[in-house]
Amino acid sequence: MNNRLVELKNITKSFGNVNALNNVSMEINKPEIVGLIGDNGAGKSTLIKILSGVYAPDSGEIFLHGKQVEGHWSVARAHAAGIETVYQDRALCVQHTIALNIFMGREITGAFGLVKVRKQYEEAERLMREIGFTSRVFTPDSVVATLSGGERQGVAIARALYFEAELLILDEPTNALSLTETQKVYSFMLAAKDKGSSVVFISHNIYHAYDIADRFIILDRGTVVMQVDKSEVESAERLVQHMKDFARAGHAS
Amino acid sequence: MSASAIPTPAKRRRTRGPLAKYLNRNRRAISALAIFAVLLIIFTMANPRIFTNPITYRAIFLSLPISLFVVVPLVFIVASGEIDLSFPATAGITSWVFSAAVQSGWEPVAALIPALLLGVVVGLVVGGLVTYVGLSSLVATLGMNFLMRGIINMGTQGVAIQFPQMRTTALWQAFAGRIEGFPVINGFPVHMLWGLGFVALGWMLFNRHRLGIRVQIVGDNPDSAAEMGITVARVKIGAFVFLGIGAALSGVLSVLVNQNWWPTTGDGLLLPALAAVFVGGTPTWGGIGTVVGSSIGAFIIAFIETGIIGAGLTGYVTQFFNGLVIILSLIGHRFNGRRYR
Repeated sequence: MNNRLVELKNITKSFGNVNALNNVSMEINKPEIVGLIGDNGAGKSTLIKILSGVYAPDSGEIFLHGKQVEGHWSVARAHAAGIETVYQDRALCVQHTIALNIFMGREITGAFGLVKVRKQYEEAERLMREIGFTSRVFTPDSVVATLSGGERQGVAIARALYFEAELLILDEPTNALSLTETQKVYSFMLAAKDKGSSVVFISHNIYHAYDIADRFIILDRGTVVMQVDKSEVESAERLVQHMKDFARAGHAS
Repeated sequence: MSASAIPTPAKRRRTRGPLAKYLNRNRRAISALAIFAVLLIIFTMANPRIFTNPITYRAIFLSLPISLFVVVPLVFIVASGEIDLSFPATAGITSWVFSAAVQSGWEPVAALIPALLLGVVVGLVVGGLVTYVGLSSLVATLGMNFLMRGIINMGTQGVAIQFPQMRTTALWQAFAGRIEGFPVINGFPVHMLWGLGFVALGWMLFNRHRLGIRVQIVGDNPDSAAEMGITVARVKIGAFVFLGIGAALSGVLSVLVNQNWWPTTGDGLLLPALAAVFVGGTPTWGGIGTVVGSSIGAFIIAFIETGIIGAGLTGYVTQFFNGLVIILSLIGHRFNGRRYR
């Protein structure tokens, strides 16, 4: 398939004695929305941090557009490849401004590494207008600590959208969000797909995930136990049933 | 973590004018300035004749730059979430290299180079111990301070190096001379200009350069920094290298001003410089800091030394007064703006 965006082959990652991921292989096509589901400790977040470059795998191969990634896999390389991530912990600096948080690690710089503060402010302002920040009282100079949980999530998502990802990864994006805000996040994900990008997301709410995803990858104790198109699962209940079956099978063995 | 996801509109926060914004953003530096103003009023009331005489301030200008060169980089260290106690010995050992080179016939300007290089190396070693080896910066730098001072003591056997001819050199003229034409204070000390220039550079680096911005990010939340692709270790090592360079400049300046290098050079900096950082409004918990505020802090600390004597009190009061100012100013900063973490 030539619309393959990312492919992982036999990825293994352990932390000390804990095997977080065991021979995980999966692929993400373009454009599609993939729901990554599994129980607590299934390895979802680890898998996402490998995709986003925070962790380099112990072994296994990563392919981008069919080409194998050589050398050390890092966040900077993932960013360069158009992979943007909204982490579960939001990855924000609460004592600093919205503008600084949007550009952290990728500051707009001029000569001598001097940061173009003015330009960053303007870009952040434009972005906040586009995304539709709920309250007009916020400016790019607002300190993140003064924002609510949902608003902080908004900053994290805005940041990912700003850099126009080819692959947008969201770890529990709707956690702590109201229903309307959740709908908004989903509309961002659908819009990204309409623009030709792909989305991978983790949700604790399978019913939500079922509504929006095209495909599901089910993880259980560090292995991919199932990859299935939405058309092959009749309902969210069926998906939950699959998960339970795998969990039971695992415990029985 | 706030659970309320629907933000209540407008009335929750009032919009501020540009002046209010400016004051709010710089409130830590401004409160440092306020502390200085209070001290100035107290001292002037105690002895109006001394504290309206510019000569008094000239005495402060002579010693202040030596501490500014370490206080400014210390703001970076503290904002990055670390601490450093090794800079006094770094100042000592780098200025020793400078002094030994000059003594063996080097041109002072040329002798500055190995001193600065050693400062960079010390910064790399300390930063490497803290980041890659993962030692606590408090303990690692305490150890490095003893270690380097020990090397000085073993190497010199306690013998000082004197430079009676130092005033004739080009480096002295450029770095520690005086600008003629200020008859009231008998010439303006050049190194005060260097000190102020260094503060300006530090401000630029901290607030407008990628290094300073990332120092603040790393100090605020190292996990977030790593998730957004910042190499935390590299940023922290950068801060330690900056301190190494600052300590070298401080040590060499001290040698130039005193025309003498002692095996104890730099030792007296430790507590006053750290006090200056915190009195000036850089908080201990990392993530934020103020170069200008902490420089004012250095001025406050230097001012107390001179002020106590000038106010007609004995030198025995200095430490008590220093302590009082530190505690009171910290209380002031505590109530001046919320702590978010």
